[in-house]
Amino acid sequence: MSEGLYSMEAKDYDKTLDLTKIKPYGDTMNDGKVQLSFTLPVPAGAEAEEAAKQLLKKMGFENPLVVFQKELTEGFCFMNCYGSLTHTVDYTNIHVPKVESTTMEMKECDEYIREHIGRNIVIVGASTGTDAHTVGIDAIMNMKGYAGHYGLERYDMIDAYNLGSQVPNEEFIAKAIELKADALIVSQTVTQKDVHIKNLTELVEMLEAEGLRDKVILICGGPRISHELAKELGYDAGFGPNTYADDEASYIAQEMVRRGWK
Amino acid sequence: MQQSKIGLDHTKVAHAREIARNIANQVSTFVDGYTTVAVERTICRLLGIDGIDSNEVPLPNVVVDALKSSGQLGQGIAFYMGNAILETGKDPQAIAEAVSKGELDITRLPLHGTAEIQAALQPYINATIDRIRNRRLRREHYINTIGEGSKPYLYIIVATGNIYEDVVQAQAGARQGADIIAVIRTTGQSLLDYVPYGATTEGFGGTFATQENFRIMRKALDEVGEEVGRYIRLCNYCSGLCMPEIAAMGALEGLDVMLNDALYGILFRDINMQRTLIDQYFSRIINGFAGVIINTGEDNYLTTADAYEEAHTVLASDFINEQLALQAGLPEEQQGLGHAFEMDPMLENGFLYELAQAQMLREIFPNAPLKYMPPTKFMTGNIFRGHIQDALFNIIGQWTHQGLQLLGMPTEAIHTPFMSDRYLSIENAKYIFNNMKDIGEEVEFKEDGIIRRRAKEVLDNATTLLEQMESEGLFSALEKGIFANVNRPKNGGKGLDGVTRKGENYFNPFVELMKGKK
Repeated sequence: MSEGLYSMEAKDYDKTLDLTKIKPYGDTMNDGKVQLSFTLPVPAGAEAEEAAKQLLKKMGFENPLVVFQKELTEGFCFMNCYGSLTHTVDYTNIHVPKVESTTMEMKECDEYIREHIGRNIVIVGASTGTDAHTVGIDAIMNMKGYAGHYGLERYDMIDAYNLGSQVPNEEFIAKAIELKADALIVSQTVTQKDVHIKNLTELVEMLEAEGLRDKVILICGGPRISHELAKELGYDAGFGPNTYADDEASYIAQEMVRRGWK
Repeated sequence: MQQSKIGLDHTKVAHAREIARNIANQVSTFVDGYTTVAVERTICRLLGIDGIDSNEVPLPNVVVDALKSSGQLGQGIAFYMGNAILETGKDPQAIAEAVSKGELDITRLPLHGTAEIQAALQPYINATIDRIRNRRLRREHYINTIGEGSKPYLYIIVATGNIYEDVVQAQAGARQGADIIAVIRTTGQSLLDYVPYGATTEGFGGTFATQENFRIMRKALDEVGEEVGRYIRLCNYCSGLCMPEIAAMGALEGLDVMLNDALYGILFRDINMQRTLIDQYFSRIINGFAGVIINTGEDNYLTTADAYEEAHTVLASDFINEQLALQAGLPEEQQGLGHAFEMDPMLENGFLYELAQAQMLREIFPNAPLKYMPPTKFMTGNIFRGHIQDALFNIIGQWTHQGLQLLGMPTEAIHTPFMSDRYLSIENAKYIFNNMKDIGEEVEFKEDGIIRRRAKEVLDNATTLLEQMESEGLFSALEKGIFANVNRPKNGGKGLDGVTRKGENYFNPFVELMKGKK
């Protein structure tokens, strides 16, 4: 099964980087190498291997290789595969919507708020709907923060309220009104069957119905959230993996200044 | 007691345990005076009431809600149900159906004497006690005949939302070597004040815990257990607002392991502390009687607090959970006390601290099938590093003889496990458990080294905390946010309106028959 792994075949393709036609990199420019693993609902064996190779070809791989297979339970075969991708994309023509703000660290952010807004800003956060996970909202809100980034509670110039998990949208909005929130942060961790989309959409609709939508900066975050998705759902910004409290605080402060809020 | 490998001072351990007993005693004194809607619904279920009305409300809810709205909840359902049997000549199920149709108000019937009422209940009580005892004997028979996996038991989760798909995943997991299958509950079920009915095929991030789903999975695991020659344990979640009801359903259907921790519900689900501690007491009595291993949730505390600095809160809580379990008659051998410390994997010598703490827990609770779980907080989407993090936890699990090893999945924090994720995790654990089988017996820890010092420090800090809690009381400690940096008011949270003081006629016939018994 391993012939080809140490192939001495001539690499007769252009090995210079062309950003208008990029493809994956294994150990040589433009070799297109990709590793994949997946399970096919068939027994292990030569037929399973052939099925995997045909699938790889349909995906656009040349020289498909199945380097490992194991039947997980009767009729389900797990495989590790390699192949060289034939597809390319034009990197020079890519435009991804991003949150437009400069991330400041905590002290700098506090100073910015003090100077440009001149009062504490109020941020209310929750994991809403049926979502029982507090890990995301805690990472952003709680004093300690996450991965060395202090949470919003620690900011001198931010009054942060973490409502915890499984907060119904009605209750979230009621609390936002009561606390006169400048910004709302919604965390969504569970995304099975797109439950987060329904829930996030419901919140926007309810805020609009209450005439509050333009009076708050509305943010959502979570492992499956992108800024693009957030904008699409009617949020001001979305924060995905590897973003922290300082990213959100900086965005909120700068967005308030942009809007001329005092 | 065996010589300590990490130099634990056993008089200090005994002292800490004594304080925890005092703390637990304060809780039991409170619990004794109260009952809850969930406890009363559980008694309904144990008397054989099941099914739903035309609005899909479970009959135990219908009956107990009726009792509550006539202001008689404090007298208890057993009293009124026994009386209704005498007056109507019907069985509890028929009485419940009559109540649901509005044909009968069991609080308005002429009252009989307590002895007569208790006698009327006896046949239904006996039938349930026999059924649960037979379930337990059935498990023991399987273990004695086809056998079971060696410890640490490999514990995996299934979470498709569809019980029939869960069966496929669970059987595949068992064939790959899993010893315990946990069917993750759908998100939010802990906050439902009723247990849904029937087989379910829709859930978010998990599958509803229902008695029918328990039955379907039990049957599937028995089948695959016979095939692989190993008894496969079934785990579910006896937590939230229906804690004792789910314990009863699990006992009736032969579940083997139950998450069962009031402190977890208080801290992470904002369930009212009075409600859930009362519920927990009865649920642990049932779990104890049914031979169910409970799991406690201490491993989750440190998701919100700093794992290195707050490690002693885990130990302190384990001490308290042990005493609360013993008071409910649940023996040490069924106490799957939870731990594992979600320390940042990048912490220098983090493995040594983890090892120290796991060995410490092992020695402090020598008979408990400790539940050990790798951290999920630091799974980043880098599945390759995640797989190694899980491997390090597997090493510690084998080394320190943990009881139940919850297997981390490389794809944690990305999606609920693929069939192949479980395979990779089980392969990881089996490789390590075999390859490092006797390391715990071969290696000793250096006098005054990092590991011994860490164990001593955590025990000392836990003792100080327990001393503080003894004078505060558990309720007040929870209000002040001593655990997990989360503070919860005694009269806040969900479910308080389902708590009531026991009345003069109150009795729960199952406590006496089940507590501390087999």
